[in-house]
Amino acid sequence: MATNNVYKPTSRVLWVDRFLALIRITFIGVVSVGVIAFIAQQINPQNPFASWINPDATGLTADQLKGLLVTGIAQGAMYGLIALGYSMVYGVLGFINFAHGEVFMAGAMSGMIISNKLAESGLWQDAFLFSLAFVIVTSIVVSTATAIIMERVAYRRLRDAPRLIPLITSIGVSFFIQNTSVVLFGPGAKAYPSIPEWLTRKRSFLTFEIEGTKLLVLVVAAVSMTGLWYLVERTRTGKAMRAVAEDKEIAALMGINVNRIIVTTFAVGGAMAGVAGILWGILFRSVTHMTGFLPGIKAFSAAVVGGIGNLGGAMAGGLSLGAAEATAPLVVLEPLGVNGVSQLRDAVAFSVLIFVLLVKPNGLFGERLSEEDRA
Amino acid sequence: MNSDVGLKENAPNRSSYPWLRAVRFSLLGSLASIFIALSGMPVGLDRRAIIYPVLSLGFLAILWVPLAMAASAGKETVLEGMEARKRGVIDVGVGSLVGLGSTSGICCLMVLIKNFDLRDPLVNWSPQLLDLLSYRQNISVGIGIWLLVGAGLGALGGLTNLISRFSRRLILNFVFAIVGVSVLETIVTDLSEGFGLAWVTDLMYYKRGGLEIYGALFVGIVAVAVPLLLRQRTTTARERFSSLSPNDQSRVKRISIIAGSLLLVILPFFLGKITNELLANVGLFVLLALGLNIVVGLAGILDLGYVAFFAVGGYTTAVLTSPDSPGFSPELPWPVALIVVVIFTGIVGLFIGAPVIRMRGDYLAIVTLGFGEIIRLLFLSDWLSDWFGGAQGITNIPGVEVGFATVKGTDPRSVFLLVLLFCAVAIYVSWRLEKSRLGRAWMAIREDEDVAEAMGINTTNTKLMAFVVGAVLASFSGAIFAAKVGSIFPTSFIMLVSIIILVVVIVGGMGNISGVIVGTVVLIGVLGGPKQPGLLQEFSQFKLLIYGALLVWMMLKRPEGLIPNIRRTRELHQDEFLQDAWLKGQIDSEDNHADSNVPKEGKDL
Repeated sequence: MATNNVYKPTSRVLWVDRFLALIRITFIGVVSVGVIAFIAQQINPQNPFASWINPDATGLTADQLKGLLVTGIAQGAMYGLIALGYSMVYGVLGFINFAHGEVFMAGAMSGMIISNKLAESGLWQDAFLFSLAFVIVTSIVVSTATAIIMERVAYRRLRDAPRLIPLITSIGVSFFIQNTSVVLFGPGAKAYPSIPEWLTRKRSFLTFEIEGTKLLVLVVAAVSMTGLWYLVERTRTGKAMRAVAEDKEIAALMGINVNRIIVTTFAVGGAMAGVAGILWGILFRSVTHMTGFLPGIKAFSAAVVGGIGNLGGAMAGGLSLGAAEATAPLVVLEPLGVNGVSQLRDAVAFSVLIFVLLVKPNGLFGERLSEEDRA
Repeated sequence: MNSDVGLKENAPNRSSYPWLRAVRFSLLGSLASIFIALSGMPVGLDRRAIIYPVLSLGFLAILWVPLAMAASAGKETVLEGMEARKRGVIDVGVGSLVGLGSTSGICCLMVLIKNFDLRDPLVNWSPQLLDLLSYRQNISVGIGIWLLVGAGLGALGGLTNLISRFSRRLILNFVFAIVGVSVLETIVTDLSEGFGLAWVTDLMYYKRGGLEIYGALFVGIVAVAVPLLLRQRTTTARERFSSLSPNDQSRVKRISIIAGSLLLVILPFFLGKITNELLANVGLFVLLALGLNIVVGLAGILDLGYVAFFAVGGYTTAVLTSPDSPGFSPELPWPVALIVVVIFTGIVGLFIGAPVIRMRGDYLAIVTLGFGEIIRLLFLSDWLSDWFGGAQGITNIPGVEVGFATVKGTDPRSVFLLVLLFCAVAIYVSWRLEKSRLGRAWMAIREDEDVAEAMGINTTNTKLMAFVVGAVLASFSGAIFAAKVGSIFPTSFIMLVSIIILVVVIVGGMGNISGVIVGTVVLIGVLGGPKQPGLLQEFSQFKLLIYGALLVWMMLKRPEGLIPNIRRTRELHQDEFLQDAWLKGQIDSEDNHADSNVPKEGKDL
């Protein structure tokens, strides 16, 4: 190809790049038209611009919007807690632990079993806070154990395998755990016992009407996040974890037991997923063997959105993904004249992932990975 | 492991029996058998007899554990430069101990079931299970029998490590032939009826399923006798084949391929409806697996949303051919629609491929999974229900008119023949592509993308081509699926389909056409697809569990698959290959060694 500019190493623009640019522009265009139409509707539903795009649109009241936002953020907090596990494992081992969603499911499942047993004996109603704490601890234990066994049985032997092999293995592990739950506990949704009224009551907080359970979710998530931050940034183990994430061989040379740190990473990620599992159970009061699947993938998306390997980013990614998933169908899609938008929530979550990977592949807050994993 | 295991001085220490390993395996065995018992396999599979009054599939599900544990506890890799441990009676003894340990888990479980009630979370914690496990006897009698059986099987397992490789193969033949013939009962009886040999199978099989005892003995003896008698013949046949000139070799191959395909074409006329239906389903999955094989096996792109192309193929066919299509209904004949379907799915492949092609391999996997879900959700949504019918799907899809006959679901034989035709096309395309410039470019990208690019391969376009070719093959399958079932719903295109196709491709052997076909036929045929039942219909509630376990096990033990592609194997075991070759001082002759396997691979086609 003849080129005038000799300093440019390659001057040709592949058609794929043009196509990608087109996709990005379309995506941004659709979202902004949707948002503008939404704003126009909010100002006046009979607004010519708004009614040109979707004549039936009614717009949202402020309370509805706030309610959506709160729901989204409460769910996003759980995505964030799960995303921490993905992010940490990716940071240390450089592969997606697809089965991490199942660790979360194991936590939710064990919480269901224990809390139902407690409810049978009457303790759940009489001493709710004590039994809640007990259930949280047991489900953390179960999730942590699941994560550690998973690492020991499936992933340890694959440390040096080609990149996709551990990913495929983790798909198998995920499948196996899901169906273990089916054969042991039976298919079908299983319910959590009822939550005392004083917790589920709506409370107003900074003009937001928040149900107590969602408040509980946010508080517990914040506490666990702080604990994790302390562990990673302020303790010796955390320092070792960061060192292993940076370079395993050099960390080993510095006297760090790499195997133990990797197990710790899985354990901590598992514990976070266990907390998320219980919160999920309390919020939705039902659990099936598929509970871990979609939240797992969305949490991974959250980890990518926040920048994989970046723990604060994982939490922020989770919150923003949750908020986007809850509001986008009504704020972006409904004004565009799409009907049945609530069915498209999951599609929105995946679109956010695809869009972030197209526009900013390192995530919104930047990746923290070792050199070799950044390939 | 010690870092100085290679030293000669250490060798005598290792000759003592690895007791720790034995303890570990018996613990593992007892945990595994408790898990299997609680998963409900014994109770659920008890109805299916393998050998009529003696052995049911349910017991087989537990009984393999002590045998396998004892056999693998005694196995031991001999490291280079070390003496192998002397084997003897102690192996049998320890084997029986391991077997005993493995079944002790079942015994504990029986005692626990007797005394506690955990039925609330564990659905299979039932008196039925206890009844079955104790052979409908007193619990102590049951425990005694289990321990005896465990010790016996364990001893057998230990014994397998003592005997020669050939006799081990004979034993395996014996066992697998009996289990296989019993599992394949539907097909075998169907075939023998087709050939007018029903009396043979009537003799062999018990009326309500399972082999009779003498039938089992007969099958086992045949399975042992055949390799014993043919031991010399096969080696000479192989020698004669390799002594032929390359021209003659390819002629022999061609003749055997033609003979094999003729046989396949004639076969459905001797089979009944159920078997043909089964084969047609298997064929649809073979098409999908061949397509995914190009994407994952050749180009090394892990596409977890492969079902999207299957869905697009199916839905496009439905829209174009069905008179009941809600939005747009040109009612094209199927062959014309197929052309549109292929072009359209190819474009969709391009559209899905283009955004993801630059991503890291693992991100790509998740994003394609996302695309697969998005496409399903769009077909399901009310938003597009004016075109695709939402959850109601599209019904009343006509069959395929081929002049003298109509191919539709009510006539599985014709569907199977149609699928066979497309499989042949897919096999031919994959085979030609593998050897072509494009195929070599794919493999180069799979091995190292940067190097491939440096060698002048346009990696973006090449990878996109893999997506498009894979999409087109999936669209064939989707088009036939739509015509076969006659109606199409979003629930047929869940993510499970992608994963199951991935499992069969990996188990069969990524990148190897014959491996992929064999893997699909065996797994889908025996266990069944995501919705389609296989030969072992009783397995339907456990098949996903088995698929998951199989995927993990294959990745850990044999990532190259059962019938591997030679080049792929070398990529996955690069270190070991280099080390072996270095130890034998034959780095250069390694290529010749690999090539000698090629004719063997060709024969499987």
